[in-house]
Amino acid sequence: MPPELPSFLARFPAGSVVPQTGAGAPVDQETWVVRREVLLDLCRELHASRETRFDLLLEIFGMDYPEREQRFEAVYHLYSIPNGRRLRLKVPLAASDPTLPSVIPVWKAADWFEREAFDMFGLVFDGHPNLRRILTHEAFQGHALRKDYDAAKRWILTEDKIWQPRLEAPERGDSMFERMTINLGPSHPATHGTFRIVALVDGEEIVASEIEIGYLHRCMEKMSETHTWQQVIPYTDRLNYCSSFINNVGYCRSVEQLLGIEVPPRAVWARTILSEFSRIMDHVVANGSTLVDCGALTNFWYFYQCREEIYGLLESLCGARLTVSACRIGGLLADLPPDFVERSRRLLETIPPLISDVETLIDKNRIFLDRAVGVAAINGEEAVNWGYTGPCLRASGVGLDARKAHPYDLYDTVEWEVPVLRGGDVYDRYRLRMLEIRQSLSIIRQLLDRGVPEGPFVIDDPHVALPPKDACYNQMESMIYHFKLIMDGIQVPPGENYGFVEGANGELGFYCVSDGSGKPYRVRVRPPCFPIFSSFPTLIRGHGVSDVVATLGGLNVIAGELER
Amino acid sequence: MEVQGESWLTTKLDAFADWAQKNSFWPLPFGTACCAIEFMSTVSSHYDMARFGYEVVRFSPRQSDLMIVAGTITDKMAPVLKKIYDQMPDPKWVVSMGACACSGGFYRAYHVMQGIDEIIPVDVYVPGCPPSPEGLMYGILQVKEKVDRDRRALRRSKKNRKPKHAA
Ligand code: SF4
Repeated sequence: MPPELPSFLARFPAGSVVPQTGAGAPVDQETWVVRREVLLDLCRELHASRETRFDLLLEIFGMDYPEREQRFEAVYHLYSIPNGRRLRLKVPLAASDPTLPSVIPVWKAADWFEREAFDMFGLVFDGHPNLRRILTHEAFQGHALRKDYDAAKRWILTEDKIWQPRLEAPERGDSMFERMTINLGPSHPATHGTFRIVALVDGEEIVASEIEIGYLHRCMEKMSETHTWQQVIPYTDRLNYCSSFINNVGYCRSVEQLLGIEVPPRAVWARTILSEFSRIMDHVVANGSTLVDCGALTNFWYFYQCREEIYGLLESLCGARLTVSACRIGGLLADLPPDFVERSRRLLETIPPLISDVETLIDKNRIFLDRAVGVAAINGEEAVNWGYTGPCLRASGVGLDARKAHPYDLYDTVEWEVPVLRGGDVYDRYRLRMLEIRQSLSIIRQLLDRGVPEGPFVIDDPHVALPPKDACYNQMESMIYHFKLIMDGIQVPPGENYGFVEGANGELGFYCVSDGSGKPYRVRVRPPCFPIFSSFPTLIRGHGVSDVVATLGGLNVIAGELER
Repeated sequence: MEVQGESWLTTKLDAFADWAQKNSFWPLPFGTACCAIEFMSTVSSHYDMARFGYEVVRFSPRQSDLMIVAGTITDKMAPVLKKIYDQMPDPKWVVSMGACACSGGFYRAYHVMQGIDEIIPVDVYVPGCPPSPEGLMYGILQVKEKVDRDRRALRRSKKNRKPKHAA
């Protein structure tokens, strides 16, 4: 039964906001089709009204349907933290005039998302202060995610075309220093990836800055459209490559929902455990690099040892350490190794001492406290407006965690809590991750105590999962199924679905659209660190250059996920 | 090189320079993506690349002689890579780590360079996505051998070179 429509909708002209119901409507979440003239007003109401309180803008992206009369569509995913409710807005746009109002006045998170939709689809957002390309380079022509853009058509960037920012900030009368513009990155040891930060400094203090990203835009979403559903899994590995397993789970869950299939309990159990191990891996890299950048190199070695141990476990399951591709639509790629429980238990013993070692060294360390406490702080309300999710949001006092708010897999069957801190600064982001590591360990321990559920590791459905190897070799029918699955891929029925998991960085969403052919019509990734990083210039304003370095690691911006 | 007696040896100066060079590379990690994480594993405690004399990881091109390109290079990054390569002093070597750096990997796409050898010369290609740390180490050890071979080749070519206006 669809949720009640808010009363303020009556004020909008008839036909300008049409909730989709009945046959053909998306079943995964409430969807409204909105005319662009009323979009900004509607968003203001949705954000402010007591009834709806959609305080979090998850993402904005474009869609392209060349055969439709109104070719383009801008899609908005909203979330209400107080009500736990989701809403999708779709704004159809004609190819001749793909303009619509910018919603930055309502949600600051819209800034980069709108630039991305402009870059990829050519949608023009009226009122956007800085509508230029964000992911592709300066010499790029055309809009890459449009259906008529050839996936392999490249453009060459030469040095003279590289963007040079002109930063301005009001002069202050009392400054004793000359203004200077400095450039960090895109190849800089402290950026841990490839971003470019250009900052205008007044003495040591940053008065304005701008970020350029896109140096690792690998066209993952376009590539997905040229592969079968199953073949997309390796691409998802390389989003947030510090915790690739969670990405696999997120994508597979979304497709499974679209197919309407149930994953066997054994696979769900293993997915939950390995997701938590991956979360630990991710958190130790985030914290480790924060500490390295503050000069505390030793901790990195301790932390890295955790990773090596977990790599061993993953390797025993799938043969790869980093880019695991260990999930399949409908389950896992292989059965768990016989010593899985034993190995995992051993990890539960080796990891805590390494974590405690770091805590002893760092938690009360004067040097680190001086570098971290109160640096780049953001309060909860601002963080939500900027589209934060995950550890960075929880460090600012908002306890949103998709594993608790919308439990999936086995998270509602174990006892654990969502750690929340209030400072919102570099120190709390570091502490919060340490607390979460302990929660993850506790989740894993409880699941291991339950024992491995019996049964198959992948769904027994020859239209989705490959039949067992010996059946392929010995039975005609299985061989045909194998052939069909490899050659044509899984036939996903037409429809759309937004599936999400709590990634290591926040809510990681996969919006999958199928047109019934063997390939995805569109796979859209909601990258959690994208909106977080867009707030970076605000975070560092008024701080020193050294604080930039200390802040970056804790935000855990992973280029693969940021730019896809 | 041969040792005479117990405490001194004779050699040619350039052979000595080679020997020193190949045993104390100062790598510049040009890490952009997932491969960079495996590069981190390689230098971390477990695999510890320092055992082969590579521990002085330098992020400044002017101080390094071995560039390890770890990760996907996009068209947006290409001019930066070229510039940094040009800033490294001679003699210099390049290791291309991973499928992406070698050939674009499985990104046959509108924004990805199809192998860094489109713009800079590469000495050793290390396949894998990502290569295991063992693989990377093997690749880097190949550079050692290449230092020797290159120098010999250089010497030979000098000897055979005809004066410019001879013909
Ligand atoms: S080769 Fe593979 S692991 Fe390495 S950067 Fe490319 S996609 Fe990532």
